[in-house]
Amino acid sequence: MSSLQLHFDVDGEDFTRAGEASGSIKRTLKELGLTPDIIRNVAISVYEGEINMVIHANGGMIDCEVLPDVINVLLRDSGPGIADISLAMQEGYSTAPDNVRDLGFGAGMGLPNIKKYTDEMEIYSTPGVGTTIRLKVYIK
Amino acid sequence: MKLIDLVKVLDAQIIYGHEFLDREVLSACGSDMMSDVLAFVKGQAVLLTGLVNSQVVRTAEMVDMNCIVFVRGKVPDEGIIELAKSCEIVLMRTEMEMFTSCGLLYSKGLRGGSGK
Repeated sequence: MSSLQLHFDVDGEDFTRAGEASGSIKRTLKELGLTPDIIRNVAISVYEGEINMVIHANGGMIDCEVLPDVINVLLRDSGPGIADISLAMQEGYSTAPDNVRDLGFGAGMGLPNIKKYTDEMEIYSTPGVGTTIRLKVYIK
Repeated sequence: MKLIDLVKVLDAQIIYGHEFLDREVLSACGSDMMSDVLAFVKGQAVLLTGLVNSQVVRTAEMVDMNCIVFVRGKVPDEGIIELAKSCEIVLMRTEMEMFTSCGLLYSKGLRGGSGK
């Protein structure tokens, strides 16, 4: 299998469309014949990232690269950034407003979930500039 | 248990997916918090929820669930139904509350997941 690149612009205005990119990536990974566990790990991680972009950052960009031995994901936004990343990585910590909780999110599980379902996670954030997250899921 | 049995136990109305009612399901999850579903669900085929928005379907799609039951008489809109069709996720609704729905299904043999 040679490499495959996917790019998505995530609309920050429409909550109902959040998850379109993740769904599309999931379908592509399925077509490539990857195992259900790998597909699920990538799908959940990208979906959490996509939801975060819509909730916190007015959208962003998702790039997914499928190589023979690894799936690389790059999540980028130009949102408000994260002041204290270690705090944001704690389960249950959330800055999401109440209206987001009413939609079923904002429980402070997004970033911890991404870490849980990926083999490697790097997060860079500058307040006022934005957040970049790099993920790796190995194809064993 | 097959999905058709779920319909009977919950006295549910099928919104979409009549053709998939012979799907066999072993476990389920009841939650209004999609973040928790994403964190803890593994292998459960049915999601019971009182939350009604498109992200319920997206969440079910991501964790490979194949049926959503809206409890407390909640009614999904056309956009949610269309999304479920595109993912072939069965939708049904029951007037029963979450606790009653989960209890009845458990008593009929449906179980929760490992949570791992």
